[in-house]
Amino acid sequence: MNLSLLVIFPLVTALAVLLSKGLKQVRGFALLGSLTQLGLAGWLLKSYQAERASGNLTTNLFESNTPWFTSPLINYHIGVDGIAIAMILLTSVVVVAGILVSWSMEKMSKEYFFLLVLLSMGAYGFFISLDLFTMFFFLEIAVIPKFLLIGVWGSGDKVKSAMKLALMLMGGSALVFVGLLGIYYNVHSFETAEVIRVGLTSGVQKFFFPFAFIGFGIFAAMFPFHTWVPDGHASAPTAASMFLAGISMKLGGYGCLRMVSLMPDAANYYSWIIIILATIAIIYGAFATMMQTDLKYINAYSSISHCGFVILGIGMMNKTSMNGAVIQMVSHGLMTALFFAAIGMIYSRTHTRMVAQLGGLLKAMPFISTVFVIAGLCSLGLPGFSGFVAEMTVFMGSWQNPDTMYRFATVLSGASIVVTAVYILRATGRAIMGPISDEHALLADATWNEKLASVLLIAAILVIGIAPFLMNQLIVPSTDILFEHIGKAITIK
Amino acid sequence: MQSYSYILWIPLLPLATFVVLGLFGRKYLKTSSGLIGTLSLLTSCLLSFKAAKQYFFVDGKVDGIYQKIEAFKHVWLQFSPGVSIDMGITIDPIAVMMLVVITSVSLMVHVFSLGYMKGEDRFATYYAFLSLFTFSMLGLVLSVNIFQIYMFWELVGVSSFLLIGYYFYKPSAVAASKKAFIVTRFADLGFLIGILVLGFYGGSLDISTLIQKFTTVQSPEYISITTASFLGMSMLTWGLTLVFVGGAGKSAMFPLHVWLPDAMEGPTPVSALIHAATMVVAGVYLVARLFPVFSMDAHALDIVTYTGVFSALLAAVIACTQTDIKRVLAYSTMSQIGYMMFSLGVSRYGGEAGLGYMASMFHLFTHAFFKSLLFLGAGSVIHLVHSNEMKDMGGLRKLMPITHIAFLIACLAIAGVPPFAGFFSKEEILTAALHENTLVYGVALFTAALTSFYMFRLYFSIFWNKEADVHGEHHGEGTWTMKLPLIILAICSVGAGFIGFPEFVTSDGAGIETHMDIASMAVPVSLSIVAIIIAAIMYKNANEKPAKVATAFGGFYRAAYKKFYVDEVYLFITKKIIFPLIGQPIAWADKHMVDGFMLMLGNLTAKISAAIKGMQSGKVQYYALYFFGGIIALSLLLIYIWK
Amino acid sequence: MNEVPLEHILIVSTALFFIGMYGLFTRRNMITMLMSVELMLNSVNINFVAFNKYLYPEHLDGIFFSLFIITIAAAEAAVAIAIIINLYRSHRSIDVDDAAEMKF
Repeated sequence: MNLSLLVIFPLVTALAVLLSKGLKQVRGFALLGSLTQLGLAGWLLKSYQAERASGNLTTNLFESNTPWFTSPLINYHIGVDGIAIAMILLTSVVVVAGILVSWSMEKMSKEYFFLLVLLSMGAYGFFISLDLFTMFFFLEIAVIPKFLLIGVWGSGDKVKSAMKLALMLMGGSALVFVGLLGIYYNVHSFETAEVIRVGLTSGVQKFFFPFAFIGFGIFAAMFPFHTWVPDGHASAPTAASMFLAGISMKLGGYGCLRMVSLMPDAANYYSWIIIILATIAIIYGAFATMMQTDLKYINAYSSISHCGFVILGIGMMNKTSMNGAVIQMVSHGLMTALFFAAIGMIYSRTHTRMVAQLGGLLKAMPFISTVFVIAGLCSLGLPGFSGFVAEMTVFMGSWQNPDTMYRFATVLSGASIVVTAVYILRATGRAIMGPISDEHALLADATWNEKLASVLLIAAILVIGIAPFLMNQLIVPSTDILFEHIGKAITIK
Repeated sequence: MQSYSYILWIPLLPLATFVVLGLFGRKYLKTSSGLIGTLSLLTSCLLSFKAAKQYFFVDGKVDGIYQKIEAFKHVWLQFSPGVSIDMGITIDPIAVMMLVVITSVSLMVHVFSLGYMKGEDRFATYYAFLSLFTFSMLGLVLSVNIFQIYMFWELVGVSSFLLIGYYFYKPSAVAASKKAFIVTRFADLGFLIGILVLGFYGGSLDISTLIQKFTTVQSPEYISITTASFLGMSMLTWGLTLVFVGGAGKSAMFPLHVWLPDAMEGPTPVSALIHAATMVVAGVYLVARLFPVFSMDAHALDIVTYTGVFSALLAAVIACTQTDIKRVLAYSTMSQIGYMMFSLGVSRYGGEAGLGYMASMFHLFTHAFFKSLLFLGAGSVIHLVHSNEMKDMGGLRKLMPITHIAFLIACLAIAGVPPFAGFFSKEEILTAALHENTLVYGVALFTAALTSFYMFRLYFSIFWNKEADVHGEHHGEGTWTMKLPLIILAICSVGAGFIGFPEFVTSDGAGIETHMDIASMAVPVSLSIVAIIIAAIMYKNANEKPAKVATAFGGFYRAAYKKFYVDEVYLFITKKIIFPLIGQPIAWADKHMVDGFMLMLGNLTAKISAAIKGMQSGKVQYYALYFFGGIIALSLLLIYIWK
Repeated sequence: MNEVPLEHILIVSTALFFIGMYGLFTRRNMITMLMSVELMLNSVNINFVAFNKYLYPEHLDGIFFSLFIITIAAAEAAVAIAIIINLYRSHRSIDVDDAAEMKF
């Protein structure tokens, strides 16, 4: 199939949204576009599996390569492996859900939906790029809409949050760009395959790896560059929070993974630092979450903790942990989107997100409360939901290294599951259970669009949680290929 | 050999019920949900009996030894070659026994709840959660893979959480459900790390493989796990101890027992099912499941023994002072589970040495019946008087004759009076302890006497003593659905001891001979009877004696009444240490230091730009001046520095 | 005939240049500033011609350059006066300090 469709369709949708009039038309087009995208992603999955089943074992499928610039040599080179497909599926699900929950966005709806669709286009483009510059290009496309979405439609101290987020992410992009330039001027190519084939000397890797990794790490909320997360998420409108946590943090994780595959020596050399930072993020994020009183801050801080697992999985540098990191990315994307959707639904009815002011919502809005509880249970890693699969895979992977420090990191990260239970149950206990206040007792439950969005996300979470082997079939061959190259670096050491 | 694949339906039926009731129950099946749940469980129960019959009497035994059969196994999640989570069904004596126990007790609870929960707003949800619990518990006992146990372990935890918090509008229920989940979750962390340790050295997560590798002394896995050590303990001890921590959490062993008394906030039938008969014995089951490995490591067994015996004693002492009848029952549960634990601890693998193992399983089996009977009886009582406190009860024997008889039978059973079920199993435990460890035997004997005392204190306070002032409408003992389970369970509590248990469930699958001699029986039985008589003197009629005894014990009584302040210690650790000393500083540091640093970077940039923006004055002549100044500087540079 | 030494001419042109520069910095009237700029350009012209004559008498580059500068200066004067007139129309003044809108 032609992968460019994944980029062209959002573009067409975005244009259609711009040209249409009134909320009804705008959201209609946006939903149609995102559903088509979901269909495309599904079709992509199907054709990918068919292709793999027929014995095609190349690293990336459906490649196409169009030169873009000749000097410096930049190609519009696209192709997908299993990991990218997992990410694309995640994106398409989150986009549909995000569009559904912003169904009644009255304020400047045209611009709002336009930006949402544009953001998704950036994400799709990012995941299918095989050329580092093209990847960077799409990364930037995905950053700008976030700034506007928060700055214009946000709540609270939105301008400050938007500035913080945009500046930190831009800083991340700048670091990434330094790393990419370093790669380019040593290999004379932006092509990932070429970089892997030629290989960078260990010295070059050690110099440029921190730039690229920290750059993407900022996107993935790596400690101590995570501070855009709480404010950004808290100020963003619901759909933007969902996109932010569900999609754009994954750009970072995916980027980190790619950087490790391009510069394995350096990754191996620095892995202990990565692991320490990830462990800090996990445990520190969890404790910081425990002290939050605003539902959105709770979820934002818990995202830091959960994204720490992605970084941890990558830093542990073995197949199992990297599989875990990929599953965690998908799982966290879905779960946190669901969480933000539920919080948005609660907020739109009660007009407060402070846990202390809520209570007993289960009585008034059973559906929304159930969604909230499900998201919470997924977050604390209950079996049957995707979070369990992801976290356990990371643990199993990280435990494979018998070094005491690695063990210690695993145990500490494991301890976060207890802290997670504490903060999730505290929030649930206060907001969802307990006695309800009179003013909240008569609030209405979810509308059809909110129900649809929640059901979609929950279904995706359950599929991964109940049948993780499907997910494994998709990503394991690709991580194996990825690891062939990385594994060499580790044995050399 | 006949196929066992139908066993798959035993857990799947409740799961299907959960899904159906969970999705549609609230709207469409509001009244019929109880019936749907009960019928599906009845089917499961019948299938379990079929499986038990087939396994124990038809084809389970090969060469006189009950075999372990893996009826079904499917790789669920592959981590790395050889290491995977498998979903499967294992059938061996303890699994089949647990199947029977869980489905029958659960069925009784389902039936009982038809009456007890009638008219509740979330009736369908209640049955959905019950089904979810039953599914998870069945999945747990059938597990082939240690990680599968862990998964279902978490699921029973969450269904327990949901059921304790069933009355979600009551803050105390919410707090109790949170506490139960968090405490057991903390224990599960130990379990998880234990799994990681065992899995790492064993190179597999499959229980049979692990057992096979770790019980072969010359296998490389056994050598590596016993030679590797950390802080002076071998990794085998570490792994097993950590797994046991998980078990101790679920089974409410000291010091992780604090959640169990509070868990009584849930509906009483739930307490009967989860917090008396099934979930709380999961820890015992876990140790039993891995018993061949445990038996390779004396340190781990010692830990099991002493934790068990200490918990048994502690809980019995506390139970003597509590006034909430459900809490008394909760502590008695904890105490009885302590018996099962230390019985495993004093056991060894195989043959006659495995007496403790058999006794522990036997006690688990009998305890399930009489303890759920006690809880359901208590449920009937609470249903009538609308209170949990002993002071609101008394003289109820006339109002509820069936409950009275059933409750008495259960009390006799737990007190170990012949010929009731508890007598046989407790006798075996005491015999096993006597052979192995005299200290443990002594404590166990004393605890047995205490047990009789507090159970009859409970019995007399409810059914005798002063006449309670039961006002309002007299609905007596409720509907037949509430009476029937009491009768059935009472019959089981009488009869369960006569099953030739030692023939069926033993550590190695081969039946063992047990001999009971009058001499060893005489001591515990007479102690029990003395304790019952003391209880009768003190509580049969309302009098001043209990108060006098309480004052005589003074500080000790108060400490026991306050549960030896374990709760307070936990509160102190969480409220005074973790929140203010870890949580808040981190949250503060994040806002002010980490984020502050990032903000400082931003502010620094802004400050620098503010400082130099004065250059852009808009006055052309200044620009010209800078321009020429720049030229001069450059020229000087070129002339004098770079020549 | 005694030739004027190069140094003398350079001193004149330097003086002229700095007089122009001084005028450019201190005068607020745009016309005078324009005149100062012309002074500076002319000092450069003198340099070109002088260096051409003294150093490379066989070449004509310097002379061409000064012709070129004279042309540019004429064009520049036209443009500058046009700007000044426009400024006068909008600000009613030809004082540079009154036209300081383009700042931070």
